Amino acid sequence: MELFTPDFGLVFWMFVAFMILFFVLWKWGWPMILKNMDERADTIDKGVEYAREAKAQLDSARADAQKYIEEAQKKQAEMLRDAARMKSEIIEEAKKEASEEAKKVMEAAKVSIEQSRKEAELQFRDEVSKFSLEIAEKMVKSQLKDDKAQNELVNKLLDEIENN
Amino acid sequence: MKNRRISILALILAFVFMMPHVMKASGHDEGGGVNVKEVMFHHLLDGYGWEVPFSHVYRIPLPVIVRTEDGKWVMFSSSRLTKIEEVTDPATGKVKKEAEPQIVEVEKDGKTYSFLLAHVSKHSNKVVEVFPIDGKEQSDVQSKAASQENEVVEGYVKFDGKYYREYKPFDISITKNVLALFITAIIVTLMVMSVVRYYSRKGMKAPRKGMGFMEMLIDFIYTGMIKSTLGEKAKRYAPFLLTCFFFILTMNLLGLVVIFPGGANLTGNISVTLVLALLVFVATNVTKSKHYWKEIFWPDVPWFLKFPLPIMQFIEIFGIFTKPAALCVRLFANMMGGHMIVITLTLLIFIFASFGAKATSGAVVVSVFFSIFMLALDVLVSFIQAYVFTLLATLFISMSHESGHDHDKSEGEGSAPATLDI
Repeated sequence: MELFTPDFGLVFWMFVAFMILFFVLWKWGWPMILKNMDERADTIDKGVEYAREAKAQLDSARADAQKYIEEAQKKQAEMLRDAARMKSEIIEEAKKEASEEAKKVMEAAKVSIEQSRKEAELQFRDEVSKFSLEIAEKMVKSQLKDDKAQNELVNKLLDEIENN
Repeated sequence: MKNRRISILALILAFVFMMPHVMKASGHDEGGGVNVKEVMFHHLLDGYGWEVPFSHVYRIPLPVIVRTEDGKWVMFSSSRLTKIEEVTDPATGKVKKEAEPQIVEVEKDGKTYSFLLAHVSKHSNKVVEVFPIDGKEQSDVQSKAASQENEVVEGYVKFDGKYYREYKPFDISITKNVLALFITAIIVTLMVMSVVRYYSRKGMKAPRKGMGFMEMLIDFIYTGMIKSTLGEKAKRYAPFLLTCFFFILTMNLLGLVVIFPGGANLTGNISVTLVLALLVFVATNVTKSKHYWKEIFWPDVPWFLKFPLPIMQFIEIFGIFTKPAALCVRLFANMMGGHMIVITLTLLIFIFASFGAKATSGAVVVSVFFSIFMLALDVLVSFIQAYVFTLLATLFISMSHESGHDHDKSEGEGSAPATLDI
């Protein structure tokens, strides 16, 4: 029966011990622990949230970067294409210009050749006429050495003129 | 590592196997029998002094503080309550030491007071103040005692063949259980304060190992139970409930340790659980919730159950007291039961000792196996009972602070799942 009857001394000391323990822990123990645990839980929650956001940002940044890279590649391709086109255009133009220039040069050459040919022709004619005159002179001289021949010729010429 | 464990286990087993012989040599069993009831109650109950391991006689002395019949406070060492005598066993002729009770005389303000650790008395195993009685009264009491089976006469104590008038003093001695309470309180304080110190030193860093286990327990009780049940009132009641949990848990576990700082059957003592239950009773009923008191004095039941005869009121008021009483008895009975089973299993060895070596060996193997099993189970029970006590205290408090489901449905629904998921 002693087992089931509370003993006053023990009840008293239990109360004292529990109250002191409770007071100490209530004052200096539990509030700090609970506060710290809550704060840490909040921090961890925030950290997780932050990490999730950071990951989302990173993902979007990665997507952006991909987009930029694609754009840049597109631009690069475009530019390359432009450059190629420009190159061929330039070459084409240069060719054209060159041919035009060449034509011009040729024309000028032609003109100068023509001119020099004309000049040469004129000179040649002059010389030919000079030579022919000299030849004629010499021939006439040789043929008209005597007076008879000279008369004959004059007659002949006069006949001719008369016949005309 | 494994080999070492096995060798340690073998050593323990060998020691345990030798136990009956050691006990026989020390003369514990008188004529082959053990007073099972006495041994069991000695272990379950409180005592003035703490057993030294492996000694039946010597105790750690503790202060006895009593208030005498004429209102004086007297304090003396519990070692004076017994004297150690060398007794020769008449059967075997062996000399053994026995702790015999003796009358302690204490001087206080010029007056001598006598005290005795009562055995044959109504207040057995308690310190009583004794007064010698003269021949006439003595013979009266003696004749009265002769008619009684157990020689106990109300108001008198038998010592050394004579009867003394006894007075049960106001007793606030530091007994074994009280010292164990203090030790438990110190251990709990150290455990909690170590976590606090860790926080103040390391800040947000999560604790590891033992401290981490502490924090896990705190979190388990606080977040898993108190916060989810009490909601916004959690902050207010958490210190009390957490203190309850850790105090009970530490007491339970210390009770399972056999030698000095442990071994006191604290939570298996009804005084301890009674105080805890009373505190829960106070925490439950000091409430401003109108709903709670309305449920008690004018519950929502058909009028004939509450008007001419206040049946419901009677039941509800009864319920206020039965709830903490159930808490008190549950913890007490569970822990005491566990201790009792372990002690009984151990005593089985000594009971079987009278049947010869074979029976003893068999009993040793069986009872050691079952004792270990029971102790392991008791570790589990220690946790469960501490948890259940705190859980029910939380539930009672949350019930008494409910603002009622009829006018505040949202809160009622908010707290309902918390009570269901247990």
